[in-house]
Amino acid sequence: MSDTVLLAHGSGGIKTQQLIQDYFFKLFDNPILNEATDSAVLDRPKGKICLTTDNFVVQPQDFPGGDIGKLAVCGTINDLAVSGAKPQYLSVGFILEEGLLLSDLMRYVKSMANTAKSAGVRIVTGDTKVVQRNNCDHLYINTTGIGTIQSEQEHISSGRKIKSGDAILINGYIGDHGMAIFSTRFPKQVSTKLLSDCNCLNELIGDLLAKKCKINFMRDPTRGGVAGVLNELSTQLNLGINILEDQLPVRPEVSGLCEILGFDPLYLANEGKVLLICPKEESEKILNIWRKHPLGKNARQIGHISNEHKGLVVMQTCYGGKRLIDPMISDPLPRIC
Amino acid sequence: MSFFNTYRNPALVKDCLDVIRTEAKKPIKLMEVCGGHTHAIQRYGLPSLLPSNIELLSGPGCPVCVTNRSYIDQAIHLASDTQNIICTYGDLLRVPGSISSLEKVKALGHSVEIVLSPLQCLEMAKQNPDKHIVFLGIGFETTAPATAATILEAEKKKIKNFSVFSAHKTMPAAMKALAGEQPLLNGYICPGHVSSITGARMYSFLPEKHGIACVIAGFEPLDLLECILMLIRQVNSNHPKVQIQYKRAVTINGNKKAQQILEKVFKPVNDYWRGLGRINGSGLAIENRYEEFDTNSRLYLPPYEISEPAGCICGDILKGIQKPNECGLFRSACTPANPIGACMVSNEGACNAYYSYKP
Repeated sequence: MSDTVLLAHGSGGIKTQQLIQDYFFKLFDNPILNEATDSAVLDRPKGKICLTTDNFVVQPQDFPGGDIGKLAVCGTINDLAVSGAKPQYLSVGFILEEGLLLSDLMRYVKSMANTAKSAGVRIVTGDTKVVQRNNCDHLYINTTGIGTIQSEQEHISSGRKIKSGDAILINGYIGDHGMAIFSTRFPKQVSTKLLSDCNCLNELIGDLLAKKCKINFMRDPTRGGVAGVLNELSTQLNLGINILEDQLPVRPEVSGLCEILGFDPLYLANEGKVLLICPKEESEKILNIWRKHPLGKNARQIGHISNEHKGLVVMQTCYGGKRLIDPMISDPLPRIC
Repeated sequence: MSFFNTYRNPALVKDCLDVIRTEAKKPIKLMEVCGGHTHAIQRYGLPSLLPSNIELLSGPGCPVCVTNRSYIDQAIHLASDTQNIICTYGDLLRVPGSISSLEKVKALGHSVEIVLSPLQCLEMAKQNPDKHIVFLGIGFETTAPATAATILEAEKKKIKNFSVFSAHKTMPAAMKALAGEQPLLNGYICPGHVSSITGARMYSFLPEKHGIACVIAGFEPLDLLECILMLIRQVNSNHPKVQIQYKRAVTINGNKKAQQILEKVFKPVNDYWRGLGRINGSGLAIENRYEEFDTNSRLYLPPYEISEPAGCICGDILKGIQKPNECGLFRSACTPANPIGACMVSNEGACNAYYSYKP
C-alpha cells in the first residue's frame, strides 16, 4: 500500500519533523528557511513593501498545464507583480487531508519549488496541518508573498491615474485556464488539448518596469475573468470602459467550447494574464516589449477608457452594435441547449 | 475557424442590413420563439442595427423560464432524501423555487450533480448501486430525445436505480396558443434546434390558419439577419409560408430516429407553463411501458399549488405583449443575482438577455 499522510504528520512529533525535513527543507532549500526558526528573518528592503495572501483549493489538483502547487506560487507572485512590486519571499501554509498520497504531496511540493526557483522567489517559512479524512479535499495551500515596490509604481494597483483615452492591453489569449479546468471535470464530454495558462508574470512585468514604461493600472483577471476586473474597475472609479469584440484574443478551441457550453470567454478564469491600462501613446512601446517575451507573444490592445457611459463596461461588437458586459453572478453554468 | 468567419462576417452582415433597410417598408412585428435566439440577438447587438420599423419580441422558448416553480420545489424535495442523487443540466441549479433553489440545498449537503448529458446518470447509477439517481428532464424537442435515449439505454442495461422526473415540453402547442393571443404578430423566427428534430412541417398550421410567416433560423448573426429578411419578404408579398433558413441543420421532415424514440418513450399531456398557464398537449410524460423509469411512479412527490410571484409580468413578456424594461421589477427588485420572474433566471430568458446585454 502506498504511503499516505497520517494525522501524526501534523502532530508536531517525529513524523512532522520528517515531513518538514524530507519534503519542505529539501526542496524549498534556501539559507533563510534552513535556519529553521519560528519566523523567517529578512533583510529590510529599500522603499516600501507589498504584502498579499491567497488560498488555493483548486479541484482537480492536477490539471492540464499545471497543478495546485504551481498555481499556489504563481497566484501570489502574480498578485504582487501586477501591483508593480518585485516579488521576493513567500510563506506557505498546507492543510493536508489524512490519506493524501505522499507521492502526490511530493509532486506538488516539487512543483512549488521549481516554480518559485524559476521566478527568483524564495519560500522562507511555512506551516502544515493535517485534518481528518473527508475534512478537506486532498490539500489546500495558502501562500503569502512579500515584494518590494518603488514609489513611482505605488498608484498601479488602485488605478487612480487612469484617464479617458487610456489604452487597455492584455498579454495573450483569454479563458484558457477556466476552460482547461472545466474540461477535466467532464473528461468524457469535453475533449480538448487546451492547457491552463498558469504562469508567473513577474518577469514579463519586470521588463516593463525596467524600461520605465508608464503604467496606470494592472490586475490579473483570475476568477471572474476579464469581465470581472473591468467591471470592478468601472464601478470603483466610475470609468466608462470600451472593449472591441474583434480585438479579443480567444483561441478557436476556447471559443468553440464556449459556443457549445454556453460560456463567454470574458468570464473565464486566467492564471497567466495581466490586464494593463496605460496612456495611449505608451501602448506600442509596451506591446513591443511584451511580444518579445514568451508570455506576451499574443499581446494586444483590446479597448480603451471612454468619456461616455461612466460606470459601465460596453463592448462594441464586430458589426458596430453595442452590448453591455455586466459583472458575473457566480461561476458560469453549462446550459441546457 | 471558417464557421465563425462565414456566419459572422462583418462585411456580409453590413450588406444584409443594407438590403433589410431597403426592403422593410412598413412596421413589422416578429417574435423569436427560442431562448437561444433571444440570447444571440442581444449578444450581437442586432436590435441596435435593425431599422426602427422592425420590432423583435421574445417568446416562450427558454425551457428553464417556463418550468413551473413547483417543479423546482419537488426536485428539492427529492434532493432532501439522502437515498437520491439529483442530476441536472447546469442552468436549472439557480432557478428559485418558492422557498429555495437546488444550489442552496446542495450547499446544505444534498446530492445535486451537474451533468452535460443524461447518459452520465447511468454511469452514476452503476457507481452508486445503493442510491436512486433522478434526472431532471427539462427542455423541448431538443433535449427530450437524449432523455428518451437514456431511458431506452437504462432498460437495455437493466439499470434499476434510475428514473427521470420529466418536465419536457413541446414547442408547437405553445406557438399555437400564442398565435391566438397575438393578433398583431406578422412572423415567427422559428426555433433552430427544436426544428432539427421536428422538421419544418410542424409549423404549417401557422401560416395556413393564423396568417403568420414562419422562417426557421440558425444562431449566428447572418443566420438571424437572413431569416429576418426572408420574413420581411413574406410579409411584403402578403404570402405567409414556412421557410427554412437554417438549412445546414433542418429539413422538412426532421430527424426521424429522434422522433421515433420520442414517440416510443413519451406521451403528450396537458402541461403548465410558467407565465403562460396550462396548454393542452404541450407536455411530455413518460409512457406507462417505461414507468419503472418515471420518477412520478417510483418516488413520492408532495402535492403542490401553482402560484406566480406578485408584480411579475413574465406571462406578458413570454407572449410578446410587453418587453422586459416595461416591468416595474426589472433591474430593481428582479436581477440575475436575485431573479423574481422566470425570464430573469436562465441566460436565455428575455429579461436576463435584456439585463445582460442592453447598455
